[in-house]
Amino acid sequence: MTSLNPSVATDTLEEPKAMWIVRALGLIRRQPLASAGGFVVLLMIVATIFADVLSPYDPEAADFMHMLTAPNADYWLGTDMFGRDILTRIIYGARTALFVGFTAAFIGATAGLILGVASAYFGGLFDLIVQRIVDIIMAFPLIILALAIVSIRGAGTVNVIIAITIPFIPQCARVVRSSALAIREIPYVDAARALGFSHTRIIMRHMVPNVMAPYLIMLTTFVGQAILLEASLSYLGMGVQEPTPAWGLMLQGGAEEYAESAPWVPIFPGLAITIAVFGFNLFGDGLRDVLDPRLRSR
Amino acid sequence: MHSYITKRLLMIIPTLIGAAILVFCLLRIIPGDPCEIRLAGTGLYVDEAEIELCREKLGLTKPLLVQFYHFVTGYVTWDLGESMWTGKPVTEEIGLRFQLSLQVAIMATLVAIIIAIPLGAISAIKQDTWIDYAVRTFSIAGIAMPSFWLGILIILGLLIGTQHFFGEPWMPPIYYVSPFEDLGANLAQLIWPAVATGYRYSAVATRMTRSALLEVLREDYIRTARAKGMLEKIIINRHALKNAMLPVLTIIGIEFAFLMGGLVVTEQVFNLNGIGRLFVESVGAQDFNMTQQLVMLVVVIAVMTNFVVDLFYGWLDPRIRYG
Repeated sequence: MTSLNPSVATDTLEEPKAMWIVRALGLIRRQPLASAGGFVVLLMIVATIFADVLSPYDPEAADFMHMLTAPNADYWLGTDMFGRDILTRIIYGARTALFVGFTAAFIGATAGLILGVASAYFGGLFDLIVQRIVDIIMAFPLIILALAIVSIRGAGTVNVIIAITIPFIPQCARVVRSSALAIREIPYVDAARALGFSHTRIIMRHMVPNVMAPYLIMLTTFVGQAILLEASLSYLGMGVQEPTPAWGLMLQGGAEEYAESAPWVPIFPGLAITIAVFGFNLFGDGLRDVLDPRLRSR
Repeated sequence: MHSYITKRLLMIIPTLIGAAILVFCLLRIIPGDPCEIRLAGTGLYVDEAEIELCREKLGLTKPLLVQFYHFVTGYVTWDLGESMWTGKPVTEEIGLRFQLSLQVAIMATLVAIIIAIPLGAISAIKQDTWIDYAVRTFSIAGIAMPSFWLGILIILGLLIGTQHFFGEPWMPPIYYVSPFEDLGANLAQLIWPAVATGYRYSAVATRMTRSALLEVLREDYIRTARAKGMLEKIIINRHALKNAMLPVLTIIGIEFAFLMGGLVVTEQVFNLNGIGRLFVESVGAQDFNMTQQLVMLVVVIAVMTNFVVDLFYGWLDPRIRYG
């Protein structure tokens, strides 16, 4: 943070109010891709919070007077087969995507974090069993596991979150465990044990804070993956259900039939998914470079 | 070598048993009842007795251990039960569609290799130039882009392109023809889904080729080769690329195992009647038994692919010995 070049530093001294702009500019120069990713993430958060203010139309109400209107001044990205404004549905869709993505990623990564640290801390038989279960779950492709879960719970937003969360747990547990194994060998863990602290206290207070870097990196990557998975499931009709606006769903509702006559129907929601996932991936990569350069293997 | 293969094959067994247990538990322990969902979907009033009858028919009322016994012994007697939807044996339903999915999977792998290795290599050789940045953006986009959307774009492109050049829109054929009967018609149908799936697949492999090659290019023997005036082309092709292939092969193997997952969505877009489509339909129709068997099929493919990749290692890198 202090390695700004001298000219910038003197600028900031003269104008302390503009410091954050300079800082931001410095960050953009050092991490251009991550900043672009961060911008996308920020944009999605803004869209999520201010969806009602940003869009003049109702995302769910059909308007049969304006079916399949080409993009124009009133409908920037055109309308779909029910006359619903596509931009509005994309903005509200960001809410669905972020809600599903963040909930699934957070629960999955956190459960994986605790499981991974516990597995490393206790070792022995517990570790062996947990790791074998992790191996087995990881043999399933994400979407297959998610679909299997949807098959018994039925479609719907909550079930989609559950279906996406479960495959994330072992992935995070595996990565966190490898970091936690190293921390377990550091004397302060032994010291804590010698002081008679409980296992829960040692895990939560002494080990978990030290594996925050891989946890945060996994978390951001998961959000992107979860958005993609949610879109895939919704596209297959196994995810979020109409009329809730969701990007995958927008591609499903006959988007292929209208591909030729109304290409804006399939193009823009897909673009939204791509940009969102792209953004989270770049942001995650940047976070990894800053927090833990050793993980920069791929 | 033979003892290694035997050992490695024996190690597959516990993994498969573990997977069977997991699939079995997952489908029964997670709250949710296929019968309730299935009957609720009809929208009519359903009484308890009807749900109970359905549960009995699916064998869900039997003790869990008995259910598991039937599930596992099914593999020994090759009686995987019937589809709860069409009533035909599961093996028959899967057999009908397997050829198509396998072909798309293999073609997608080829597409991925054709894209990934040259792009990854160029990107590594021209590190930190605009070519490198272009390739990297192209590959990150491949990971971010949903393959079904790429599929829709390809169909859209085909329609508009053929309309523009030939005057009438052309769509890939809908019915599957075996490549041994009519290769042209077969490829005309399957090349597009293979490209859509292969692009995404190539993204990871491109990044891997790039980083592996970058590492190899820093080795001493590359410097020696350059010092003695060897042509750069030969250095890259014969000395560097060959040694960089090991991690690339691993990633291709891992991704192949996961290709079935990608196919689930792609087959839907291109209207292909393959394993992925069957999977989606059985999930939609609450065909419990079919879903269960398809999940197992995917796991078997994943585990076998890993096995084959392991064997390839020794062939690619003679330093690796199996003991």
